[in-house]
Amino acid sequence: VNDLRIAVPRGALFGDTLDLLDRLGLDTSEVRDNDRKLLFDAAGIVTMRPSDVPTYVAAGAADLGITGKDVLMEQSEREVYELVDLGYGRCTMVLATVAGQDRASEALRRLGVVRIATKYPKIATRHFEDTGRQAEIVEVKGSVELAPLTGLAEGIVDLTATGTTLRENGLVVREEIATCTARLIANPVAHKLKARSIDFLLERLRAV
Amino acid sequence: MTDRIPSGTRDVLPDEMRELRALTERVRAVFERAGYGEVYTPALEYESQLQRGDLSSTSPAYRMFDEQGNVLVLRSDMTLPIARLVSTRYPSDGSPLRFCYFAHAYRGVRPQRGQSREFLQAGVELIGVPAPEGTAEALTVLKSALDAAGLRTYSIGFGDASLYPALLEAVGVDQPAQERLLLELVRGNFVALEHEINGLGLADEQSELLLRVPHIRGGPEVLDGFSGLLQEVLIGMRDVHALLEPEVAERVIFDLGLVRSIGYYTGAVFQVYDPAHGVPIGSGGRYDDLLGRFGKPRPAVGFALNVERLHIALTGEERL
Repeated sequence: VNDLRIAVPRGALFGDTLDLLDRLGLDTSEVRDNDRKLLFDAAGIVTMRPSDVPTYVAAGAADLGITGKDVLMEQSEREVYELVDLGYGRCTMVLATVAGQDRASEALRRLGVVRIATKYPKIATRHFEDTGRQAEIVEVKGSVELAPLTGLAEGIVDLTATGTTLRENGLVVREEIATCTARLIANPVAHKLKARSIDFLLERLRAV
Repeated sequence: MTDRIPSGTRDVLPDEMRELRALTERVRAVFERAGYGEVYTPALEYESQLQRGDLSSTSPAYRMFDEQGNVLVLRSDMTLPIARLVSTRYPSDGSPLRFCYFAHAYRGVRPQRGQSREFLQAGVELIGVPAPEGTAEALTVLKSALDAAGLRTYSIGFGDASLYPALLEAVGVDQPAQERLLLELVRGNFVALEHEINGLGLADEQSELLLRVPHIRGGPEVLDGFSGLLQEVLIGMRDVHALLEPEVAERVIFDLGLVRSIGYYTGAVFQVYDPAHGVPIGSGGRYDDLLGRFGKPRPAVGFALNVERLHIALTGEERL
């Protein structure tokens, strides 16, 4: 395992990921003690934003990585192996609108097109294409719940774990698009050249 | 304002050109010594001609019209043009044909490191020599070319595109499900593959086999110790291994999870890996059904090295 470099996502998946790596026998104490440092050579860990994990893994700058299925769906063009569904970090990608009358379906019925705000433009575009509806996708970088409240869009496509943020902003789930959990991904070349280390890790993963 | 060039293309200046030229000359000497004569075909082809080959995954990205309104395409690889060349210029030749090429191909990829839309390929095609002899010869020439290029830490992945489909057929998976499973395997999505397999309602040991096989990769020992069905589909790979010189065999990673990256591959498939570069440096395989679509059916095998990636890997190895 010593020759592997693993990309670890900071943010919602960080704690569970470090717990998992502990159980696999990696020493994550330095990572836990230090939230500014990014590269932990002794442990073979690099930390980054979840959405950067596929970038590092596809390029071979990290051999393995852990990130959410939502990130992988949004970056489906990245050539990485998706090895294991780790099960934690369970969230749902949903279409949500303001409670009460569904403004999104009203827009579709009367205007033929609905405006959707999202941080996941590819997932949102694909969802509406796959369901044969016309959508104008508005990409925002944060607090997507604001969009339907201010009239920027009729609906949002976003990731929700408990639904609390949606509820607090008066939004309700209209459609569930996908269930997203943490995934272990691998660089395809590393998967061949470092087969022994990777398989060793996968075996321990199945055992814990 | 600077005059721009299309995304995914680039100008090459003398320092890089000297290195590239020296690199391709070393590779060319290997090809020539092995009896592969260099050919060149037009960068432009009639779309209707190339469509005779299976274009599913290498379909040309750039189309244009000539003065008669014919649709022309920029070739996306050299294998299809050479298949066309063989059927027109060597229509009834029964003896083996050996060709090499150093030519640009064009694909509509998302430009990134080692991914250009115009890229130089160095490759060979061996026509008229079936498996296992032809496959072993191609692997041997590939190994010599990589050595001559100066690469030290490379490995050659060797699998069989017919292996997993044969396995699926044998356990009675229907055609639509086979295609779904193969698609997930090509994408490298083992989570979705497992999901699909579990949905097939197979006996436990069959599911387990389908799940396990794509992860099997390593030295020649991975080809042994199987019984029944898997043993049979592995005979082809074992026969090739038996023909390889030890110094070639030691570079090979036997990989049961390697599937066809290009639609026309029928048997053996190769990929070249180097720890200095995160993506494969070259690939190849057997395409025994392709020549028949252009003319006389002949078994064939070939590979292409991406010269730009080879150069990146060489530079990377200097730093390792």
